[in-house]
Parts: sequence; structure tokens; C-alpha cells
Amino acid sequence: MVKMTDLPTKGGFSFDLCTRNQMLLDKGVQMPPFRKTGTTIVGLVFQDGVVLGADTRATEGPIVADKNCEKIHFMAPNIYCCGAGTAADTEAVTDMVSSQLQLHRYATGRESRVVTALTLLKSHLFSYQGHVSAALVLGGVDVTGPHLQTVYPHGSTDTLPFATMGSGSLAAMSVFESKYREGLTREEGIELVAEAICAGIFNDLGSGSNVDVCVITKGQTEYLRNYQLPNPRTYISSKGYSFVKGQTVFLEQLLLLVSKLVHVEAIFQLRVDEWQYRINWGLVPCLC
Amino acid sequence: MDLDLSAPHSTGTTIIGVTYNGGVVLGADSRTSTGMYVANRASDKITELTDNVYVCRSGSAADTQVISDYVRYFLHQHTIQLGQPATVKVAANLVRLLSYQNKNMLQAGVIVGGWDKYEGGQIYSVPLGGTILRQPFSIGGSGSSYLYGFFDQAWKEDMTHEEAEQLVVKAASLAMARDGASGGVVRTVTINAEGVTRKFYGGDTLPLWHDELEPTNSLLDLLSSSVPEPMST
Repeated sequence: MVKMTDLPTKGGFSFDLCTRNQMLLDKGVQMPPFRKTGTTIVGLVFQDGVVLGADTRATEGPIVADKNCEKIHFMAPNIYCCGAGTAADTEAVTDMVSSQLQLHRYATGRESRVVTALTLLKSHLFSYQGHVSAALVLGGVDVTGPHLQTVYPHGSTDTLPFATMGSGSLAAMSVFESKYREGLTREEGIELVAEAICAGIFNDLGSGSNVDVCVITKGQTEYLRNYQLPNPRTYISSKGYSFVKGQTVFLEQLLLLVSKLVHVEAIFQLRVDEWQYRINWGLVPCLC
Repeated sequence: MDLDLSAPHSTGTTIIGVTYNGGVVLGADSRTSTGMYVANRASDKITELTDNVYVCRSGSAADTQVISDYVRYFLHQHTIQLGQPATVKVAANLVRLLSYQNKNMLQAGVIVGGWDKYEGGQIYSVPLGGTILRQPFSIGGSGSSYLYGFFDQAWKEDMTHEEAEQLVVKAASLAMARDGASGGVVRTVTINAEGVTRKFYGGDTLPLWHDELEPTNSLLDLLSSSVPEPMST
């Protein structure tokens, strides 16, 4: 490693290791790959239930594919699940388990329990040995009380009072670790979740756009889509856009079509008029 | 070291099981890591298999959770068919069978401990590969490397419950001080003829070892307190 010097730290990039890195690259040692799950999802337990939160950016490598996607998925009326990882995997696995839960509700005649959803998710993910890249924060309130669990792609689960997942999980966890306490009220819980998601949105490149929040209590679920919009478009001209006539060149052939249209319209209009004339004079019988 | 949040969730761990005159004491740390990030700093690695048999888990979190779930299910059926509580030997062997027959696909090292009326308190070690070994005490996980010498010196036969519990807590905190993959709090489970007792030892109740610093109030605590402490010159 680099020898410690007595120079005061000036900040900025330290170029000390660049020669070594270049030498390693020349030798054929590859840089470790940088793979992001591109999301911040959180959940916490408050005095009456659970609050789930998520950002709304979906990325395709360095490109933002969807600026306002929904990462909080429905599992049951009293259970919701935030998903990080491959969007297709989280969508598919939560849809599948949601359907299984509904069938289970029909068979048992009871409200779904969070542990049921958890077991279905973890056994599916374990059997695919981590290849289904879905990292989930599952939260809900059932007869046994409020529950919050995290599910990892390999199928392991943790039960926690507050949880974060995704590439922005470190930023969000720092907010939770400093401000979470037991027995938060509903307003405090929502505010803390929004703050944690904002920490992920502003400090993680894989997360961004808006904050979605979902509050689940006994007997009631509130899905607050776009609870906060901290990234509005700021470059819209207040006068609107106006383009000078003749700015866009279009094909001459289009003009021909226009004239054809007019032609057809005239014929149609004539036919309609003819019919109207005939109806008015009782020359066309009405049919039931 | 790059932060790989998609690394398998593993319990880089310290797990301990000791027998004493009357039962067993199982102990574990509470850190679950994903690469270099601590995914859960307060996890419970001592899982119930039956009323009288518990298992300490180390290795891949997913693998050990699934093994525990299967063995709990098999033991439940076995108890119904047998008509009385399952023995610790049966529980340990069920774990061993799953571990050995799937050794290529699993990464699980566990310590099964419990009490039954035939043999009293027993500890069975089932490390990677699926060996089963009955021992008067057993250690496992990444932090156990630092405890072999300690136990050689500190272990003695026929301890009382208090002695056994103190030994487990001391050993766990020593391993947590030296092993990066172990940390958090210490959880212990005592199993004897009377039943099961769970204990929790928070970070501030654990002893400090060589070069470990006293925990200090963070600036955040001072900021969030309603009356800020006056500046002292």
C-alpha cells in the first residue's frame, strides 16, 4: 500500500496509485467490474404498521430507461413489496407470488399473511440459486401484526425494524441509522422514509427522479404514488415552443395526398347528403 | 475492495456451543455480510428446530435457512409419528444427511445443540462437507479461528450454567474483536430440562479487549439532545 506521508491532505484525487494500476493493466489484471442494481428501496416499522418507500428511476446501463417507474409492487391488499435488481425479475416474481397468494386466499378464506409471501418468495429464489436477480423489501400488516422483511437474490431473508436495499441502500441506511427510533408516528415515519429515499436519489447515480411511498396499517393501505417530486424539469420555456413557418422541410408528395383527401371528402359528403335527403323524404325504410 | 451488493449473503460468523452440567449453552454473534457491507447487524443465527433443539448457523445465509426449514419440517413430522419430543441425535443427523447429500451445492457449517431425557445436553458439530461429530463443546464460523487456543485453555468439564454462559459470551466477544466478519451483539440460548432461555448481550455490555476503544457519544447524539451541553474551555 501507499506509504503514509506527513503532508497535510489537500483533497482532490490522489494520483499515487496510477502507475501501479497501469502496470497491473499491462500485465493483464482486469479492473473489478462495477455492477449496480440501480435503485433505492426502503421500509420501516412505525407504531401502527409499516411504511415502504422507493425511487422511480429504471436504468439500462448508463441510460435512464424510465424516469417514473413503479417499484412498489402489489402482493395482497395488506402486503406490498419493493423490488431492486433486474426489473423483469422483480416484476415477474412479485406478480407470480401475488397470484399464488390470491389463490391461497380463495382456498383458505382468510387475509394473506406476510410470512406466506415470504416463504413463497424465498423458496422460488433459492431454487434459482441467485440467478433470479431480485432483492426485495417485503412489508405488510396481518393478523399477527406488522412485518418487515428483506429477501436477497440467493433466497436468504432477514427480519428487521428498518431496511434498505439496492445501490442506494448505503445512503438510505445512513439516514435510518441516525434518525430511526421505535414508536414513530405515521407522519414521522413517512418523513423519514422520504428523507432516506432522497438521500439515495441525490447521492447514488443509479437512483433518481421521484419518491413513492406506501403506508400499510391494520385494515388500510395508502399507496402515495409520487409523494415527492424533487427533480422537476427546469428548462421549459414559459412562453412555450414556437417554430417559424417553413422551418421543417417536408416531401412534395404529401401535397398530392392532401389533394386526394379533399377529393374523397367531397364524395363522402355528397353521399351523406344524398342519404340525408332520402331519409328526410321517407325513401329509406327504418330497420329494427 | 469494491462494494458488491449482489454477492451471496453470508454469515461470516462466530458460533459456539458448550455443554454444562444440566444442558447446553449456544452462542453466536449477529453480523450478516454481503461482500464488505453489513447487511444485517442484529441477525439471529440461533434458529429453533424443535422445542428442545436449536441450531447455530454459519456459511451461506440462504443455504442454512433452507436447511433449517427442511429439518424443522421433518422433525415436526417425526415428533408426531414418534409421539414424543425428538432427540438431539435425530435432529443433528437430519441436518447431516441434507448437508452431506448436497455437499456440492451447499456452503453450510452448523452446530446443533439441545437437551433430551435420554442423553441430557448434547452438542453435535456438522461442518462443511457433512461430517457429524459429537463434542463436549464446539466452535464454528470465520471467527472460530481465534478461539481454538482460548478454549484449549479455558474449557473444563462439568461447569455450572453461569460459568458456561460467561465462557460463551467472553469467547464470542474475543472473536468479534479480531474477526472483521463477526460483530454486533451476542445472543445466547440455554437449553436444559426446564426449557429454553434466550439472552441478549448488547455491544456496551461486552468486555473490551486490547486496543479496543471506549464507545463515545457521537456528535449526532449531542445534536439531537434537547438541551445542548455547554461548551467547556
